[in-house]
Amino acid sequence: MSVPLNILFWIVVIPGTVVFGLVASWIVRKVSALVQWRVGPPLCQPLYDIMKLMGKEILVPQEAQQTVFMAAPLVGLAGILLFSIMLWRITITETAFVGDIIVAIYLMALPSLALILGSSASASPHAALGTSREMKLVMSYELPLVLAFIVVIIKTGGQLNLAAIAQQTPALSISGMLAFLVALLCVQAKLGFVPFDIAEAETELGSGVLMEYSGALLAVWKLIQAVMLVALPLFLVTVFLGGFRPNLWAGLGKLVGILVLLILIKNTNPRVRIDQAMKFFWFYCGIALAAAIILAIIGNYCGVGWL
Amino acid sequence: MSWKIWSLKKSPWVFHVNTGACNNCDIEIVNLLTPKFDVERFGIKLVGSPRHADALLVTGVVTRQAAPRLREVYRQTSKPCVVFAMGACACDTGIFRSGYHVVGPVDKIIREIDPNAIIAYVPGCPPKPEAMISGIVKALSIL
Repeated sequence: MSVPLNILFWIVVIPGTVVFGLVASWIVRKVSALVQWRVGPPLCQPLYDIMKLMGKEILVPQEAQQTVFMAAPLVGLAGILLFSIMLWRITITETAFVGDIIVAIYLMALPSLALILGSSASASPHAALGTSREMKLVMSYELPLVLAFIVVIIKTGGQLNLAAIAQQTPALSISGMLAFLVALLCVQAKLGFVPFDIAEAETELGSGVLMEYSGALLAVWKLIQAVMLVALPLFLVTVFLGGFRPNLWAGLGKLVGILVLLILIKNTNPRVRIDQAMKFFWFYCGIALAAAIILAIIGNYCGVGWL
Repeated sequence: MSWKIWSLKKSPWVFHVNTGACNNCDIEIVNLLTPKFDVERFGIKLVGSPRHADALLVTGVVTRQAAPRLREVYRQTSKPCVVFAMGACACDTGIFRSGYHVVGPVDKIIREIDPNAIIAYVPGCPPKPEAMISGIVKALSIL
């Protein structure tokens, strides 16, 4: 990649990701509205929401731990933006370093940790309930997610480099497909979408973990959620579906396809309880992934590609 | 017009406060979110916490028990915000005017703590969903 193009990439990548994220959150609301036979919001609605929240007063609860309360959303935003920069760089310039899949897994956990920190610093009983649920949810889905990536690492012959993983398509085999489906459900839980929106729980916790946030801080949380809507499907595309090959439009198609799949799961399922979510991720997804790992090892050992 | 007010008009998030209503107005408010009326077209969203809200939809006369809670909810709402008195009771205590448990209409309670509060009235028993949408649009257009 030439030098001016490289500079252009670094200038455009953060605003571009944010704009993509806002469009993605519009897609979420619009598709949900269409599923429910409604008209839905206009294209710029997420932008209006962010603008409005930026202009509003920031209220900090009297008993809150102020520093952590204010810093947590910024930590989360930094983490998710770094994560998406890594992914775009792999997608567009195909440069990566060995072991970056491990760095990506760690960075992906950062917004959830920031959410737990921020909401437990806000001194609200509703937020405390939401925090405890979020913690249990994180513990539930992190294990299957990492196991799913291990399946991919086995399938690609021990590659720890995302650019090299993106050259292959692990989802075109039985074990890769199983791992992809489990990872899709884990991403659903990471995004806080409906079967697993246990921590936000609008109906009984009144938006739970985000309850005490207002004004610009809430806008930052909304931005984090918007960027996650692009970054997590992009990660799935990179790891399981062979990245942005053969061209940009195919890549964008895969991205939007995964997003729409997540939205349809969101709109056709009721919320589960936290113990049900834990059982689902550890027991059912665990069995599926154990089978996938065994299949992948056998396939690797005997040289059978489709296992 | 500043960008703050402009964007507020584009996405008013509402929080629903029941201060002693008979649930009739509440049912009509929930009606607004159904596919027939679909207020999400205008960016209106029902939120679960007063800290996220730009508008408080208050229904019902303010009872003795509810008055301190209403004041607390108003204090917790981040400003600028609009208060909507939904229905005859919230506007002017309606048929419960001489009840022993009634403290007063919504605007009286709100003005006690904030004399400059922006309050809009939507009368009716209960007001039709169309009337509520029209009230919200009119109130936002003079903001």
